[in-house]
Amino acid sequence: MTDHEHPPDDLGLDDLFSSEGAEDLPGSSGGGGRRQRDGGRRRGKPKRRVSIVGVFGELLVTAGVLVLLFLGWQTWWQSGVLAAQQNSAAAEQSQKFLDQAKNEPTPTPTAVKQPDGTTKKDYGTPPVMSAPGAAQAFAVIYVPRFGADWKRTIRETVDVESVLNSYDAGVGHYSDTAMPGQVGNFAIAAHDTGYGNTFIDVSKLRVGDAIYIQTKDGYYTYRFRNMEYIQPNAVQVLYSVPQVKDAKATDRYITLTTCNPPYHAQERIAAFGVFESWQPLSAGPPKEIASTVGGN
Amino acid sequence: MYGALWRVLPGPIWLKIIILLVLIAVVLYCLVTWVFPWIDGMLQSNEEGTVSV
Repeated sequence: MTDHEHPPDDLGLDDLFSSEGAEDLPGSSGGGGRRQRDGGRRRGKPKRRVSIVGVFGELLVTAGVLVLLFLGWQTWWQSGVLAAQQNSAAAEQSQKFLDQAKNEPTPTPTAVKQPDGTTKKDYGTPPVMSAPGAAQAFAVIYVPRFGADWKRTIRETVDVESVLNSYDAGVGHYSDTAMPGQVGNFAIAAHDTGYGNTFIDVSKLRVGDAIYIQTKDGYYTYRFRNMEYIQPNAVQVLYSVPQVKDAKATDRYITLTTCNPPYHAQERIAAFGVFESWQPLSAGPPKEIASTVGGN
Repeated sequence: MYGALWRVLPGPIWLKIIILLVLIAVVLYCLVTWVFPWIDGMLQSNEEGTVSV
């Protein structure tokens, strides 16, 4: 029996798989005899062999490791690399707007008394830009709830290849809907997972959260109001008064649509907001996003 | 399988380890550069986050 106890340094992986697996299979009649043979073999130069079971096991382990590696890579790639790329592209776009508007005169605001006694600068009716060409960048969106530095370029149309899958943009504007600041519904869309995980946090919005849209004309502040889980064909959310057919809008709305649940696309989320105020670029960015506008 | 690989590698242990590390690095590079993006593209539903009829 002593020869059955392997010396510790002889316990290789192939011992575990091959000696047991391969030698047990063809009619293991004499257990004792086998041990003797084994022991005898070990004393001399060990003869290694590869068993099917052993290789299969190693392949399974390898496959498991590869899947884990892929998941790790995907997280790092989507929410790390691509998101950072979209963010810095938005910063560049934002800087472009600021550079263009450098020499424009600042409109004089009127002070409006708020119900709580404070005064607020009012710049009047917001300017509305004309619709840009397809896939053209025309705005940058900031949502502090998605991250203090979170910003994305908005391009015209919701074309998958040129806009939504773009590593430089990520957000698309439904071209039949209103422009920022226009009476009606400014509706935009983005992937929630994949291609930078652009709108992955839409479901985290809370009532009153700010959604800032920066264009060449200024900053438009919208406030998140409510959210609905909808079917992929629920185009009613794009109506100029969301969800109300044939209504004539008198207010300015914003609608964000994205996929739900994350990593799948059976449903959509629509997040609705209402317009609060606007200010020209020369007046500086709203306080909440002052640190992230025009920079990384 | 891996046992056989280990025995096939030439040289003393330290050389085997270095060769192994290089092999792992090459495999990882190929995975990250070609294989993972390809799988990622296959997995993505490519359904937009948009609503449409």
